[in-house]
Amino acid sequence: MATVLAPPHHYLNDGYGIKSWLLTRDHKRIALLYLASITFFFFVGGLFAVLIRLELITPVGDLVSDETYNKLFTMHGIMMVFFFLIPSIPATLGNFLVPLMIGAKDLAFPRLNLASWYIFLLGGLFTLYALVTGGVDTGWTFYVPFSTTSSTSNVIPAALGIFVTGFSSILTGLNFIVTIHRMRAPGMTWFRMPLFLWSMYATSVIFVLGTPVIAITLLLIAAERLFHFGFFDPALGGDPVLFQHLFWFYSHPAVYIMVLPAMGVVSELVAAFCRKQVFGYTVVAFASLAIAVLGFLVWGHHLFVAGESVYAAMIFSILSYLVAIPSAVKVFNWTATMYKGSISWATPMLYAIGFIGLFTIGGLTGLFVAAVGIDVHVTDTYFVIAHFHYIMVGGAIMGYMGGLHYWWPKISGRLYNEFLAKIAAGIIFLGFNLTFFPQFILGYLGMPRRYHAYPPEFQVLNVLSSAGASILGVGYLIPFFYLMWSLRYGPLAGSNPWSAVGLEWTTTSPPPTENFARTPTVTWNAYEYGEPIESHVA
Amino acid sequence: MAGRVDALYFFLVAIAVFFSVLIAGLIVYFAVKYRRRSPTDVGQPVTGGTLLEIAWTVVPLMITMVIFVWGASVYFAMASPPSDTLNVYVVGKQWMWKFQHLDGQREINELHVPVGRNVKVIATSEDVIHSFFVPAFRMKADVIPGRYVNLWFNATKPGRYQLFCAEYCGTRHSGMTGAIVVMEPADYQAWLSGGAPEGSLASGGEKLFASLACNTCHRSDTQGRGPVLTGLFGKTVMLEGGGTVTADEAYIRESILMPSAKITAGFQPIMPTFQGLVTEDQLLQLVEYVKSLK
Amino acid sequence: MSPDAAAGTVPHPTHLAHQFDDAGQQREAASLGMWVFLATEVLFFGGLFTTYLVYRNWYPAAFAAGSHELLIWAGTTNTAVLITSSLTMALAVHAAQTGNRRLLLLFLLVTMALGLVFLGIKGFEYHTEYVEHHVPGAGFQFDPANAQHAQLFFSLYFLMTGLHALHMIVGLGIMSTMFWISWRGVITSEYYNPIEVGGLYWHFVDIVWIFLFPLLYLIARHAH
Repeated sequence: MATVLAPPHHYLNDGYGIKSWLLTRDHKRIALLYLASITFFFFVGGLFAVLIRLELITPVGDLVSDETYNKLFTMHGIMMVFFFLIPSIPATLGNFLVPLMIGAKDLAFPRLNLASWYIFLLGGLFTLYALVTGGVDTGWTFYVPFSTTSSTSNVIPAALGIFVTGFSSILTGLNFIVTIHRMRAPGMTWFRMPLFLWSMYATSVIFVLGTPVIAITLLLIAAERLFHFGFFDPALGGDPVLFQHLFWFYSHPAVYIMVLPAMGVVSELVAAFCRKQVFGYTVVAFASLAIAVLGFLVWGHHLFVAGESVYAAMIFSILSYLVAIPSAVKVFNWTATMYKGSISWATPMLYAIGFIGLFTIGGLTGLFVAAVGIDVHVTDTYFVIAHFHYIMVGGAIMGYMGGLHYWWPKISGRLYNEFLAKIAAGIIFLGFNLTFFPQFILGYLGMPRRYHAYPPEFQVLNVLSSAGASILGVGYLIPFFYLMWSLRYGPLAGSNPWSAVGLEWTTTSPPPTENFARTPTVTWNAYEYGEPIESHVA
Repeated sequence: MAGRVDALYFFLVAIAVFFSVLIAGLIVYFAVKYRRRSPTDVGQPVTGGTLLEIAWTVVPLMITMVIFVWGASVYFAMASPPSDTLNVYVVGKQWMWKFQHLDGQREINELHVPVGRNVKVIATSEDVIHSFFVPAFRMKADVIPGRYVNLWFNATKPGRYQLFCAEYCGTRHSGMTGAIVVMEPADYQAWLSGGAPEGSLASGGEKLFASLACNTCHRSDTQGRGPVLTGLFGKTVMLEGGGTVTADEAYIRESILMPSAKITAGFQPIMPTFQGLVTEDQLLQLVEYVKSLK
Repeated sequence: MSPDAAAGTVPHPTHLAHQFDDAGQQREAASLGMWVFLATEVLFFGGLFTTYLVYRNWYPAAFAAGSHELLIWAGTTNTAVLITSSLTMALAVHAAQTGNRRLLLLFLLVTMALGLVFLGIKGFEYHTEYVEHHVPGAGFQFDPANAQHAQLFFSLYFLMTGLHALHMIVGLGIMSTMFWISWRGVITSEYYNPIEVGGLYWHFVDIVWIFLFPLLYLIARHAH
C-alpha cells in the first residue's frame, strides 16, 4: 500500500485563528463548532444522570433534597433532549456530510448555517443561566398547571432558552431541504442519493413543521406565567390538557428527529461494512418519509391516561402501531443486507449492530405502550423510561457514535485507536443494558417515574441500574480521550480508509474547503459495491 | 382486570423475546458466517426477495392489529364502570390524597373498601395534575383540576395495596403515596360504623345549599328562577340554543363553577358563578346533595 | 448546467454566491428557502389558531361578546390597508424584474408607509382596549354574564394580533433593508432575489391578517 500523505490544503488549515472559526461559512467548520457544543451539553446532561442514579441507589432520599432531585431530572431531560439529541447527528454529521454526499461546495445558505450555531449557543447559554441561578423543576415536559402556577423555579428563562434554540433547528432543516432539492451534483437523482440523505431530508421536514409548535407552546407557558392569561387555568375556563396536546404535537415527532438520522447513519454503516447495496434501498428511503409523516399523527398516545376520550385513545393507538411498521421494515432490510455481505467487525459496524439490536428491543417495547390497556399500567413508570432510553441511547446515541467513528477519518484526516474503540463500544453496550433493562421490570412492578425516594422492595433493581450507569459513564468517556488523542497522534487516514462507496470518500481526508476539486458527475447508484472496490477509490 | 392486563402483557413479552432473539440471532450468525476473509472482498448482490419484503411488512402489521384490538378491548372495559358501584370521591392535592366516602367518612392517603365490590373512585385535583395509580389493580388515571375523572376496580383479595401519585406534581411528588385497604365485608362494616362526625356528604351539601342561598332560585316547585333539581341527576337536559347534556357529577360541578357554559332551555343566564367561593370538598358535598334529591 | 459551470470556470457575477453553480440555481434556492420558512410560520401561528378554535368552540357566547367590543372600523380599515400594501409590494417586485429602480424605490416606500399606517391603527386600538379595561389581568372588566371567558378571548386577541404586529415590524425592517440595497444599486433585472423573497414574506404577513380579521372581529356579526 502506498504511504499515506496528508493533503496540503484542506478545510482545517485554511485559515487559522479564532476569527476564521467564529466567522466561518464553511459547513465543515460549523459542524465542528456544533460538535464541540453538543459534546459539552452531553456531559452536562450526563453529569445530572450520574447524580440521579447515585441518589437512587438507596430507597430514601439521602443524597440530595427532593427539590434538588426534581431539578436534576428536569435538567437532565432538557439538556439531553433539546441540546444534545435533537441537534446531534443533523448539526454535526449532517452539516459536514450533506454537501459532500450531494457533490456540492456548501449548503444552500452558509451564513444562515453559522447563524443557526450562534442561535443554538445563545439558547443553550440562556438555559444554563436558568440552571446556574437556581434550576428548573417542572420536568422537561413543563406540564401545566404546575409549571405556570405552582413551580417557583426558573421556568421562564428555561422555556425561553429552548424557544431560542428551536430556531437553530428550523434553520438547519430549512438549509438541508433547499440543498437537497436544488444542489445535487449532475447525475445525482433522488434515487441515487445515499440513504443518509433521505433520512436527513425526512428529519428536516419534521424540524421545519414540528419545531414551531413547541416554540409557540413555550411562549404560551411564559405568557401564562407572566400575565395569567388563563389558557390552561380551569378557573378562567382554560384546559390544562390542551397544553399536553400542543406540547406532544411537537415532542412526539421530535423523537423521530432523534432516531431518523441515526437510522440514516446505520444504513451507511451497514452498506460500507458489508460492502453491499442496502437491501430494498427504495423501501428504506420511503420508510424514512413514512416515519416522518406518520410521526405527526400519533401524539395522543402520550395522553392515554391524561383525560383523552376513549375514542381518541383508540385512534392514536392504531396509528401508533402503523408508525412502527416502517421502522420494523428497516430493521429487516438491514439484517437482510448482512446476508451474503463481506462483513467487517470494525468499530462503526459494532455500533451499527448494537443499534439494530437495541432499537429492536426499544421498538418492541413500544408495542407495549401503544396498547392502551397496557399503557394504563406502565405509563408514568420506569417502563416508559426504559422504553425511550433504549431508543434514544441504545438507538440514537449508538448511531451517533457509529457515524462519528466511521467519518472521523474524513473529518480529521486521522485514524483512531481501533482496539480502544472496540473496548469502549463493548463497555457502552454492557453498561447500557445493565442500566436500562432492570427498569422495564421496575416499571411493570409499579415504580413511578420522577421519584426521589421509593419503597424498599424496588432497591435491588435500582442498584443494578445504577451500577450499569457507572459502567456506561466510563464507556462514554473513553472515546472522548482516544478521539482527541488521534487528532495529534493518530496515523494519517487517506481519502478512503474503509474502501467505501460514496462521494465523500472520493475527496481528500480532510476535504478541501470547497469539498471537491471538480464538481463530480454521478453515474452510479448509492452503494455499487459489485465492482472491484478500487474503481471508486480516489 | 389485572389478570386481563397481565395476559396481554406476557403475550407481548413473548412476541418481544421472539423477535429480539430472531434479529439478534440472525445478526450474530451473519456477522460470523459472512465475516470478511480478505481485505478486497465485497458482498454478493442479492436480487429479488419482493415476496419476503411483502411478508415482513404484512405479518408485523397483522400482529400489531391483533395487539391493538386486544389492548383496546381491555381499555374499553377499564373505561366502562358498571352501574352498581360503591362510589368514593378523592381530591388530590399537593401532596396528599383526600378521600370522601358518601356517608361522610374522610380519609387521608388511605382508602378502605370491601372486598369483592365494584368500587368507583371519582377524582379531581385541587391544584396541579396528579395521577391516581394502584399498581396491584393495574389502574391509573391522571387527576386533573377542573374536572372529574372516574376509575373503577373490584378487589378480589383483602390486603393493603400501594397507592402512588404517578404524575410529577412538585417537591413531594414521591411522598404522595398511600394505600387501598381491602377488607372482608364484616371488617369493613365494623370500620364504617366508626362513623363520621360531620354526617354524610349529602347532608353537608344540604347545609351548603342553604347557606350559599342556592335554594332561593332552585326551589322544589317551578316558581324559581332556576331549574328544579329534584330528580335531575342522570336525566338528559335540554339546553338553550339546542343540544342536550346528561346531568352527571361533572355537569353539576360545571354548573356551579361556570353556569353560563350550559343554560337549561327556557331559563335565563343569570346564575352567578361560585368559582372561588367553594372548595373542592364543598363541591363534592353539593354534588352528592343534588344526586340525593329524588 | 453548462459544461463551464460544471468545471467551475464561468466568471462569477458579483451577486452569485460561491456555493451555487449559476444564478438560476441561486434564485430557485432563495425562493424555496423562503417558502419553507413560511411553512414554519404557518405552524407557529397554527398553535395559537388551535387554541382559539378550542376555546371559541367551548365558549361561543363569551367570544361573540368579546368580539363585538373590538373596533370593527379599525379592523376593516387595516384589512384594506394591508391588502393594498400587498398590491404595492407586488408592483415593487415587478419594478425590480423590469429594472425600474425609481418605481421599485417608490413602491417599497409606499408599502412601508402602509405598514406604518397599519401599526398606527393597531396601536390606537390597543390604547382603546386598555382604556376600556379589556386588557387581561388584574384590571380586566367585562359584563359579568360573560366575564370569565371573555378574558380568554381578549388574551387570544392580544397574543395573536401582537405576534402578527411583531411580524409586521420585522417586515418593515426587511423592507428598509431592501430599500437600502435598491438605493445602492444592488438590485438589477438579473438579480432581484431579495425583493422577490421579501415580497413573499410580506404577502404571508398579509394572509395571516386575512385569517385573523374575521376570526377575531366578525364573530356572529350578522346577528347584530
